[in-house]
Amino acid sequence: MVVKMVIEVRSQPFDPWVELARFQAGSHLVPGSYGACATFVGTMRDFNQGEQVETLFLEHYSGMTEKLLEQQAEKIKSEKKLLDFLVIHRVGQIHPNDPIVLVAAWSAHRAAAFDGCRELMEYLKSQATFWKKETLDTEHEKEHRWVDNIT
Amino acid sequence: MTITVRFFASLSEQLGMKEITVETDSIQTLSDVWARVTDQTPPDSLLCARNHAYVTFDTAVQDGDEVAFFPPVNGG
Repeated sequence: MVVKMVIEVRSQPFDPWVELARFQAGSHLVPGSYGACATFVGTMRDFNQGEQVETLFLEHYSGMTEKLLEQQAEKIKSEKKLLDFLVIHRVGQIHPNDPIVLVAAWSAHRAAAFDGCRELMEYLKSQATFWKKETLDTEHEKEHRWVDNIT
Repeated sequence: MTITVRFFASLSEQLGMKEITVETDSIQTLSDVWARVTDQTPPDSLLCARNHAYVTFDTAVQDGDEVAFFPPVNGG
């Protein structure tokens, strides 16, 4: 059975826990085939580099972002013998406490799931074509700045 | 030769353009594309792509390519 991973960039808010439950209950994974699911959920903070952040605008290079993530997920899946990946990443205007990213990896055993989830997340942070522009909540006026460091 | 050139994030704002089409036969590499669309010095941290794959500044271009220039990425 050929399993198709899901790699999605969304402009609308999403609930990672609902997505996770829906995916695991859907037709992608064969019940009984997996013994581990490792997940990472990234959420927007209201502070960065000592400043209060009001909103975040996430830009991406449509087409390239998805292609990079699909290629890397396929590579990691093959290397670590993972069963499946689910990746959802927000773009557009985001507010504090909004989920930004969900990465979930399924495998037979925990080590591959933990490693695969982390490896794809680290790749996403350092290579996937996303950019963040913050609107800061200063005393006087709204200040905008592009985030130029990876945390 | 027709090349579509795209810019993202802070670089797009600095140059004041998101996308431009270049039509010429005198371009061989991404570096030539950059010089054709702006007289600004490329930033040290500049990243480039050709047809949705990372490449270096000296990579050759072909007719119909989509080329992109952008600052360091920051997702997640």
